[in-house]
Amino acid sequence: MSFVWEWLTNPAYWQGSDGIWVRLAEHLGYAAITLVVAAAIGIPLGLWIGHTGRGRLAVVNLANGVRSVPTLGLLFVAVLVLGPLLAGDIAFLVPAIFVLVVLAVPPILAGAYAGIESVDPSARDAARGMGMSSWQVLWRVEVPCALPLIFSGLRSSTLQVIATATLTASISLGGLGRFLIDGQAYRDYGQMAGGAVLVAALAMAVDLVFAVVQRIAVSPGLVPVRTSRRSARTRLVPNPA
Amino acid sequence: MKWFVGHLGQVGDLLVTHALLAVIPLIIGVVLAIPLGWLAHRFRWLRTPLVVSTGLLYTIPSLALFILMPLVLGTGILDPLNVVIALTVYTVALLVRTVADGLASVPDEVIQAATAMGVGGVRRFFTVDLPLAVPVIAAGLRVAAVSNVSIVSVAALLGIAQLGSLFTDGFARNFLDPIVVGIVACMLLALVLDLVILVGSRLLTPWTRSGAAA
Repeated sequence: MSFVWEWLTNPAYWQGSDGIWVRLAEHLGYAAITLVVAAAIGIPLGLWIGHTGRGRLAVVNLANGVRSVPTLGLLFVAVLVLGPLLAGDIAFLVPAIFVLVVLAVPPILAGAYAGIESVDPSARDAARGMGMSSWQVLWRVEVPCALPLIFSGLRSSTLQVIATATLTASISLGGLGRFLIDGQAYRDYGQMAGGAVLVAALAMAVDLVFAVVQRIAVSPGLVPVRTSRRSARTRLVPNPA
Repeated sequence: MKWFVGHLGQVGDLLVTHALLAVIPLIIGVVLAIPLGWLAHRFRWLRTPLVVSTGLLYTIPSLALFILMPLVLGTGILDPLNVVIALTVYTVALLVRTVADGLASVPDEVIQAATAMGVGGVRRFFTVDLPLAVPVIAAGLRVAAVSNVSIVSVAALLGIAQLGSLFTDGFARNFLDPIVVGIVACMLLALVLDLVILVGSRLLTPWTRSGAAA
């Protein structure tokens, strides 16, 4: 244990262009780009599917299908196929982001879709009866009611991306995974385990931030609903990676 | 395809190892999750600490968990036991909540009827509650099985041989064939496990197909 602690508390490992701070920034950077792209695709599509009821089966099958694809293999295929088409540093970055987005979209999509689907039909009917247009029903009733599940979709997607961004070190990108891969290469278990502690701490911290944001953003009127059987049925299962 | 035909034996061996590394944690996980899920269901105050603590373990990325296992277990970094225990942790984390939800889904009338007929305690748990919770537990188990198969392959980065080794070998040699074969084999394995659990769950719960047989 002590050598892990030594590695983590040595200020020399935190500074510099390959220090912990820079690796952490890279890791969060990959995750942020991925989530912005994935949310831009997944949320509108999920809302549309939930609102219109079209393409439900496709969402379920997509989510289950992507779950069974081994991430590491997909990452390597993307680099070998897309890499030669690109020049310079982006030869690794673009395939990596592409794979991360492919993994991140299904949970977000499923969350948005399940969120709209779980809205109480009587609330929807009441909104229509009050004379709201389809667009108003979506934004003023369905989306606020769907927020808890939209957030759980984003949350499980983020965890998945943080975990998978660790693997991108194996295709010579940065991020906290570098310490795990380099530590392995140099047979430096202190660095490996220290890096692993950082990755685990980052994942937990991000999850905690999501839990807090979720609590603030979701209407207090919706909170008791989450313990009912209805929400237990539509709960999303996140996926470790 | 040519590569695959020439390396059938190797792929077969890796597939068997991969299947064992994915399935053993599933079995241990179910055995551990049932009593824990029961505790979470029976004693409501235990539910939150159990679900939160297992949920936290679930957030740890797999590569990090594999690397941290030797610190806890005292094993070597190449020991497949690290993978088995890490995946058991994930399986338990996912299933504790599922088992608690499954037990909560058992209708009160059924429990009252069983109690009125004199079936109580441990006997009621194994002959009434648990069988009725099977569909919910099986749904969680299918998710765990499919994600376990994918996660096992990550251990190849640490040099633990299974289908993921085809990914690292292929990538090191800039050669797509082994990687594609590995991906297809992983997905087929996930599909087979998923079907086995689905069929097993149907066989264990013949009453859910009421009308079909009668």
